[in-house]
Amino acid sequence: MPRITVTVDGVTYEEDVEPRVLLVHLLRERLGKTGTPVGCDTSNCGACTVLLDGKSVKSCSVLAVQADGCDVVTIEGLGTSGSMHPMQQAFHEEHALQCGYCTPGMVMAAIDLLRENPDPSEETIRQGLEGNLCRCTGYCNIVRAVRRGAQEMGQAVTRS
Amino acid sequence: MTVQEVGQPRKRKEDARLLTGRTQWTDNLTRPGLLHVMFLRSPMAHARIASVDVSAARGMPGVVAAFSGQDFAAEQGSLPCAWPVTEDIVIPDHPPMAVDEVRYVGEAVACVVATDRYRAADALDAIEVDYEPLPAVVDMNEALASDSAKVHEAGNKAFSVTITSGDIEAAFRDAPVVIDRTYVQQRLIPSAMEPRAVMADTDGESFTVWSSTQIPHVLRVMLAVVTGIPEHRIRVIAPDVGGGFGSKLQVTAEEVLCLLLARKLGKPVKWGESRSEGNLTVHHGRDQIQHVRLAADSDGRVRGLQVGLLADMGAYLMLVTPGIPMLGAQMFNAIYKMDAYEFGCTGVFTTKMPTDAYRGAGRPEATFAIERVMDELAAELGMDPIEVRRRNWIRHEEFPYTTISGLTYDSGNYEAATEKALALFGYDKLRAEQADRRDRGDPVQLGIGVSTFTEMCGLAPSRMLGEANYGAGGWEHASVRMLPTGKVEVITGTSPHGQGHVTSWSQIVSDALGVPFDDITVLHGDTAIAHKGMDTYGSRSLVIGGVAVVKACDKVREKARRLAAHLMECSPDDLDFAAGAFTVRGTEQSRTIQELAYAAFTAHDLPEGVEARLDSDATFDPDNYSFPHGTHLCAVEVDTETGMVKIRSYVAVDDVGTVVNPLIVEGQVQGGIAQGIAQALFEEAVYDAEGNLLTTTMADYLLPSAADLPNFTLDRTETPATSNPLGVKGVGEAGTIASTPAVVNAIVDALRPYGIHDIRMPCTPERVWRALEGVRR
Ligand code: FES
Ligand code: FES
Repeated sequence: MPRITVTVDGVTYEEDVEPRVLLVHLLRERLGKTGTPVGCDTSNCGACTVLLDGKSVKSCSVLAVQADGCDVVTIEGLGTSGSMHPMQQAFHEEHALQCGYCTPGMVMAAIDLLRENPDPSEETIRQGLEGNLCRCTGYCNIVRAVRRGAQEMGQAVTRS
Repeated sequence: MTVQEVGQPRKRKEDARLLTGRTQWTDNLTRPGLLHVMFLRSPMAHARIASVDVSAARGMPGVVAAFSGQDFAAEQGSLPCAWPVTEDIVIPDHPPMAVDEVRYVGEAVACVVATDRYRAADALDAIEVDYEPLPAVVDMNEALASDSAKVHEAGNKAFSVTITSGDIEAAFRDAPVVIDRTYVQQRLIPSAMEPRAVMADTDGESFTVWSSTQIPHVLRVMLAVVTGIPEHRIRVIAPDVGGGFGSKLQVTAEEVLCLLLARKLGKPVKWGESRSEGNLTVHHGRDQIQHVRLAADSDGRVRGLQVGLLADMGAYLMLVTPGIPMLGAQMFNAIYKMDAYEFGCTGVFTTKMPTDAYRGAGRPEATFAIERVMDELAAELGMDPIEVRRRNWIRHEEFPYTTISGLTYDSGNYEAATEKALALFGYDKLRAEQADRRDRGDPVQLGIGVSTFTEMCGLAPSRMLGEANYGAGGWEHASVRMLPTGKVEVITGTSPHGQGHVTSWSQIVSDALGVPFDDITVLHGDTAIAHKGMDTYGSRSLVIGGVAVVKACDKVREKARRLAAHLMECSPDDLDFAAGAFTVRGTEQSRTIQELAYAAFTAHDLPEGVEARLDSDATFDPDNYSFPHGTHLCAVEVDTETGMVKIRSYVAVDDVGTVVNPLIVEGQVQGGIAQGIAQALFEEAVYDAEGNLLTTTMADYLLPSAADLPNFTLDRTETPATSNPLGVKGVGEAGTIASTPAVVNAIVDALRPYGIHDIRMPCTPERVWRALEGVRR
């Protein structure tokens, strides 16, 4: 069984994994990182989105062995203890979540979207989040939250 | 000066945990020694099971056990149907795991229990099942033909009802206008983002079941009834639940089987479904063929309405399967006055996944049909669709109004909602643009769709549910406890899964007891904590459960009053209660409710007959349904060359009575509209002629993404309900009910000059294009 070394939310793990094990299952079932949920089996819903070496991936379509030597950030690794990441905060402010199941993936995808486009238009946000499905909100507030998150993050950058 | 909490757009208490991944989805949970369950499912729509051989699976690595239906036959009982809508309804036996015969693709035929999900999946492949194919029954009309193959021994008709009010023959006799249409409510897959999951454990005597369910309380009762395990030995917990929309208002095969597996093995077991498993086996929604006839005078006044439904039950009757079309029985007449009404419905068995509640449940179907037909009437008469509605709707001054179908609408103001919506929408301007595009022969045509909907919410009073032969009550329960330090614990019988009850109930309690919003916690979803409840569905939680919270607070306040009077040596009648304190009228002397909570806790000085607690329970059962309403307007651009439909603007003015939290109400409406649009434009569960579901994945079943939907312009009118002290009406389903006909009306409106008067849902570019091709030829 291959042994991999992977850093998740700042902690480095060494794990023996079967080659077929999905990254999302490694996270959830081995490492106890249940903040990242699974919503489908065809890579359509985006619920499982995490950052792999800084870029968003659907962790249900990455094998754990492919993450060998990589740095993974999940929803649990965002923000600092006691304060949420500006994007998480923006989702709260704009009521951009109801059941919250799509939320971890949505937040991670939104952060990645801003990496490429720090000040996206509504249209860009809608297109950019196409791979993340939400059944509760109708997306209006998610789009608003991403706009707000972008502004907050922009300000955070200029301030520092 | 304290601000009233009810009406404030409070940010949700629920959010922080959900946003940081500290979630308790059932599939996140574990127990020491947890085993994983997987089900083998029938690939055939209809077959006799000749044999199931699990022996090879049993020997595989990591496999603890494997069972067939035969292994459960003696103990698994039959999944319940709690709504026998007629005396002579056929309710077939519904074993959680098929034993002799399978009747839809996806029905469980065997299971594996293993140390992890990968091992369980491997072992499923080793199970051998020998099927003897039987004919699939897919089409409802064919199912009712005398020579059809039978889904069940007793035939393919589950039930049939006709309800008449007024002289329907007279209404149609010599009617200057008769509109006669058939609409198809396609089958939908509810698609909550959290797939179902169940975990069960036992200490040898008692059982705990964790399930991604909307109905922990109903489930507990039903698990006891189905399995024979005494109710007091079953605890059901609904931890975080990721959406439901009716799909988790069910007593499922997997819940029963996981409980039985925990008993068989004496070990904790967990099952988590994959999405493709879920598309096959989470109950589906809608699926009706609606034959609608409407008679009117030449000035547009409606004389009578005749509705005949075929409702696809699927292969079995599940918890409220037959009740779903019947929830529309009194709603087709909607907000309109008429002389006569007839409703007929036949429930039909087919070899497909059973249907059951999906957001709106019976009411979206009814609303769609009537709102489509009202537009057809307007077109027939060359009238504006708003005007036709205005001529027929119940006027504000006519409330309370008893409709032709026998419901009494307590309140409403259709004029106000419509006026507001028209102004926001810019109706006249859009009509002018439409005319212009028509004149120019613009390949992109503009269509305007109207939906002036109402619905019945709350799924209570119990008395009326009893009259409808529903197997449970419609009350709700709440407990409110003042803790020694003055904080408040609220226990609700509702079971939220995204609706924000923790926040809204805190607002209600804050006003009722004068305690700060942040000092209130709300517990729910565990039958050991919330010992009594009817759970969450049918837009009932606030209307019934929220009001139960108010009632419990009232009792707590009266207890506190007696204690305060005793401590301040006055009569309870001399006390004023404001901002969380009792003050002796005309004096400075006062006690806060927090001080009284502490006094009740120490019990050092209680009046005669007062117990050492400041808490109370209450149940609420209203004396009528509630009737939210609203006017939704949709403008679409239809590209007549490609068939592409684009929603250009969408305005919704809803009247849901008093609003507790406008943020949450808006969220419910936005999400609801999106789901209704999804039915109009995108979604359909498709079975082939052999009964195979073709839309088993999210790649095939088109849930809209952010890129597929527009922004919505929302506003409200507030006409308080008179059937409950909060004045609330319910909002969970309104958007879904209203939006589907608004969108389809808009599409048809765009295409009417081409001689097109219907497009079947979902109105995909292909369907629109084909309709246009049909008339171009
Ligand atoms: S779970 Fe990964 S995309 Fe759906
Ligand atoms: S908030 Fe429920 S799926 Fe997005």
